[in-house]
Amino acid sequence: MRDIMIDVNDVSIRFNLEKEKVNSIKEYFIRRLKGQIQYDEFWALKHITFQVERGDSVGLVGLNGSGKSTLLKTIAGVLKPTQGTVRISGSVAPLIELGAGFDFDLTGRENVFLNGAILGYSKKQMLEYYDDIVEFSELAEFMDVPVKNYSSGMLSRLAFAIATIGKPDILIVDEVLSVGDFRFQLKCEDRIKHMMGKDTTVLFVSHSIEQVKSICKHAIWLEKGHIKMMGTAEEIGRQYEMS
Amino acid sequence: MTAYVENFKKYKPLLSELAVRDIKTRYRRSMLGVLWSLLSPLCQMIVLSIVFSNLFRNNIENFPLYILSGQVIFNFYSESTSSSLTAIIGSASLIKKAYIPKYLFVLSRILSSAVNVMATFAALIVVMLATRAEFHYTMFLAVIPILFVILFSSGVGLILAAYAVKFRDIIHLYGVFITALMYLTPIIYPMSMLPGVVHKIVMMNPLTNMVLMFRNLALDGIMPGPMSFVIALVECAAVILIGLYVFYKKQDTFILNL
Repeated sequence: MRDIMIDVNDVSIRFNLEKEKVNSIKEYFIRRLKGQIQYDEFWALKHITFQVERGDSVGLVGLNGSGKSTLLKTIAGVLKPTQGTVRISGSVAPLIELGAGFDFDLTGRENVFLNGAILGYSKKQMLEYYDDIVEFSELAEFMDVPVKNYSSGMLSRLAFAIATIGKPDILIVDEVLSVGDFRFQLKCEDRIKHMMGKDTTVLFVSHSIEQVKSICKHAIWLEKGHIKMMGTAEEIGRQYEMS
Repeated sequence: MTAYVENFKKYKPLLSELAVRDIKTRYRRSMLGVLWSLLSPLCQMIVLSIVFSNLFRNNIENFPLYILSGQVIFNFYSESTSSSLTAIIGSASLIKKAYIPKYLFVLSRILSSAVNVMATFAALIVVMLATRAEFHYTMFLAVIPILFVILFSSGVGLILAAYAVKFRDIIHLYGVFITALMYLTPIIYPMSMLPGVVHKIVMMNPLTNMVLMFRNLALDGIMPGPMSFVIALVECAAVILIGLYVFYKKQDTFILNL
């Protein structure tokens, strides 16, 4: 039986680009009375429909502003679609903009538990994963230092280690492989490939078509909020490079 | 409904992590640390009682204690709602990047203030011991008005947090409002001092009922009438329902306005 993990059904997302941002009540009412509240409608995504099966890995390619990140955020539940529905079965580990949950005044150790909780893990689970996180991020001697003193490389290493704990059913990756030095990038790629072996469904966004080809089975090519092409990673990669 | 409960259970560890973070970062790098949550209401009490016992004559016995008991309720309300106000705005970076039930941010602020109210309560007991005030059994029931004000503030906090995202003016406006509200709550004056119209206005303030209830139970050993419990309960329920409704309606637009 086909096991649909991500079901995106006719999703559209509209942003209202306010010409001037109205930030005060007085201004809002005055403009409303004058009929001056104007929006520029902008459809970031239009009628996107696709499904991803268990164990599949799908790459999203497209130019800047084609709606890749918006689509990922919608699937991660950060954005709500204006139209259409997104159905997710199973747990999601979003590697979108790593380190979003870091509090810079807290130490590395405290941030591990805070970020774990943001991902929905209990304290007990986090205690189990803790050693693994420290080992993978190679930050054992810095765990009691406030995160504000970390370098950006250290931050992203810790963030990646936290985000990839456990056995998520769906892994959403947004160009995070470009963090850290070359050696750590390889380590990240290894870890993602290792997770994919465990029945994990992967959604991957990258500008590098080579990365998409090496990690993903299928690919979706987005252009200006539409799906331009869907198919195997090889085929889409070839077409994309030609354009 | 069960889906919401399940979701809440999943993110319950986050609620405590966020509250602990609030408390930790508040006192980080201060020498006295958490002791400040005990000291600051005490200092405030000293200032207010010196100023107002000289400013006008009143025949309240143990005036410092009278003030402090009012502060237990009012300070909690003012602190928790003011910090809830920026709960969503302050967590913008997180809300933009990860899915988290958004009411958690408001609840965590309320929760961390609730830890503080316990400290103020401890300060009250210290002052009662120091001034050899009489203790009554009704003291144990004084948690009831505290629970009421926690519920009430949660509702108000949800409303404020939701509207502050779109209208940032509220942040500045609310500071003024809190100052006005403080004078409309019987913290530094007795109710008997007020002339007719003002008395009515002050009675309309939901916090008045809670302050009076708290004072009766904690200081005077008097059981408030059942009506004041009913009124407080109805007010809390109404505010929480409105808060949840407003927040629920608005929460999907937060990300567009942050």
